[in-house]
Amino acid sequence: MRIYHFSEQPCPDAWAPEHKSLRVILPSRNCDPRVMAENYHHRLDEWMLADELGLDIMINEHHATATCCCPVAAVPLAILARQTKRARLLTLGYPIANRLDPVRVAEEFAMIDVISRGRLEMGLVRGVPYEVPLSVRSAVGQMDRFWEAHDLIIKAMTSIDGAFDWQGEHFQYRNVNVWPRVYQQPHPPVWITGRSPQNIREIAERGYVLGTFLSGFQTKDLFDHYRKACADLGRPAPAPDRFSYLGIVAIAEDRKEALRRAEVMVGYLRSSGRVAEPFGTPPGYFSVKDAARMIKARGKRTTTTREGKAVDTHHGAIEDLVKAGIMFVGTPDDVTSQLAEFVDNVGGLGHFLMMGHAGHMTHEEAVDQITLVAKEVLPRLQKPRAASKQAA
Amino acid sequence: MDSAEGPVTEKIAGVNIEILRRGKGRPILFLHPHIGIHGSGRFIERLAREAQVIAPSHPGFGHSELPRGMSTVDDLSYFYLDLIENLDLRDLVVVGASFGGWIAAEIATKTRERLSRLVLIGAVGAKFGAREKSDIVDIFATPRSRWEELSFRDPAVWLRDYESLPEEELTAMARNREATALFAWNPYMYNPKLRGRLHRIRIPTLFLWGANDGFAPIAYGKDYCAAIPGAKFEEIADSGHFPHMEQPEAVARHVIGFAGDRPRRRGDTR
Repeated sequence: MRIYHFSEQPCPDAWAPEHKSLRVILPSRNCDPRVMAENYHHRLDEWMLADELGLDIMINEHHATATCCCPVAAVPLAILARQTKRARLLTLGYPIANRLDPVRVAEEFAMIDVISRGRLEMGLVRGVPYEVPLSVRSAVGQMDRFWEAHDLIIKAMTSIDGAFDWQGEHFQYRNVNVWPRVYQQPHPPVWITGRSPQNIREIAERGYVLGTFLSGFQTKDLFDHYRKACADLGRPAPAPDRFSYLGIVAIAEDRKEALRRAEVMVGYLRSSGRVAEPFGTPPGYFSVKDAARMIKARGKRTTTTREGKAVDTHHGAIEDLVKAGIMFVGTPDDVTSQLAEFVDNVGGLGHFLMMGHAGHMTHEEAVDQITLVAKEVLPRLQKPRAASKQAA
Repeated sequence: MDSAEGPVTEKIAGVNIEILRRGKGRPILFLHPHIGIHGSGRFIERLAREAQVIAPSHPGFGHSELPRGMSTVDDLSYFYLDLIENLDLRDLVVVGASFGGWIAAEIATKTRERLSRLVLIGAVGAKFGAREKSDIVDIFATPRSRWEELSFRDPAVWLRDYESLPEEELTAMARNREATALFAWNPYMYNPKLRGRLHRIRIPTLFLWGANDGFAPIAYGKDYCAAIPGAKFEEIADSGHFPHMEQPEAVARHVIGFAGDRPRRRGDTR
């Protein structure tokens, strides 16, 4: 079991109730660059602390939003590749179907992998619906494009005998020849997020790590799709290190303080789904059948998305979020037992992705959280399985 | 031609196409807007009193098949060149509304054969304005109620009770929206090459534009008209972006009149 510290690097001062959409159209005049510089430095310091204390590191990216002020995951990854010593560096991830240039993605990954001396975990994501409006390409045929980009990135990283051409349906290149050669052979580990049985099957077929976010106790079903795909292929049951889950952790020595931190962090859930109407359901993102259903439900805010559900969460619901396996809240004992129960429920988990900082949480609080998880939670979770996966 | 009650599915140029055929006589090919064929019925019936109307749903729209690899309006225009040949249409009047007008303009830049008239109703497809702003309102970035206000003088011709719509109609709406994104997402609602090709349209061309169009402004329509040699421009009163839906009688009279007005320029075009 590994635990990855994660923050979306928010710009919480720009979250004002009068803003109808915290995404796509929120003017950047709401961002004070001097404050944001402080935020970035604090988040990087927290990740460096996580590295020192034995946690791993997760970075993500979003675009045109105050909720996650990291539009280029490669930037913090590159800094941390040099400044950290041992942590795995996970990005989850790169929205490769929206990227125009998969070869450039391969080049960024290759450099980060080499600078970190082989610590990159290469996460690829489809991306959220409300960032399709920012993309040069529409969501129509997005998964097709995703897999072609994936194929090209992997080929570009693993081709070490000179240039090749790529003449695909979505991407065309001359003389692809990525330098440097990647540190981890044949290429860094691949993670992909998935929710639909079909998508999870495609991830399982390739033996990649399945990423799941905030899916609570539905996560077991998602992992079961993966296990079933392996069984159908006649492969052995997948090890826990093929599974990852992202949850929110609010931890303190004192239960009351942990609850207070949880209230601060849940602000993230309540605001991250605030998206202006036309951007939430871009054409092509959902199946025709689902899109037809959404037209029928016109005017009603759908609660089918994970974010949608979270927005509906009212005050006092933290207890429910804990019961749902979305938040892990309390003393180190509480959090350890909640996590252990979750791991048992899903049938084994190799990677817990901990949102350990969110919203208006201060640097000092984040430092305290990271320290408690690293010193008091992780060792206890690793104990029963201490013999299995150690550092790569 | 048979005039069946509703649309039928026909295999045309290898593609299963939902097609509505009405009336007899001079053929008119009607190319529907991005919102689909719904709402164009009264206009089609009015035309069919005096002509033979052929009204397909474009590949990917309504219940028409989308062949693999088809992804641009250029592709759609080649499909329609095949359709025109396969149905052996001659002396054809091509009428395109909005997105359908874009397809119609692309067809007319590629051939003069078999075509005799072009009518562009609130057509999009070419770029005339500044690079910092879309010429056409971005349907994908505009709340639906606002889009309705901008597109219609009276949205009642378009609005439906979505809750009671049959599954089939909802599916068609969802497919129309998806196909619009496929063909017109970016560059939004235009082909960068089309403007430079418009001089090749050498059949008599009529622009019809809603006087209250808030989706594609009249100034845009006039720029478009000026790029096509000899094209005429008429405003349709009391109408937004879809005058054939809001003023079907007036628009049909313009089309029939223009189609019947045998050109003095005929010699120029052959």
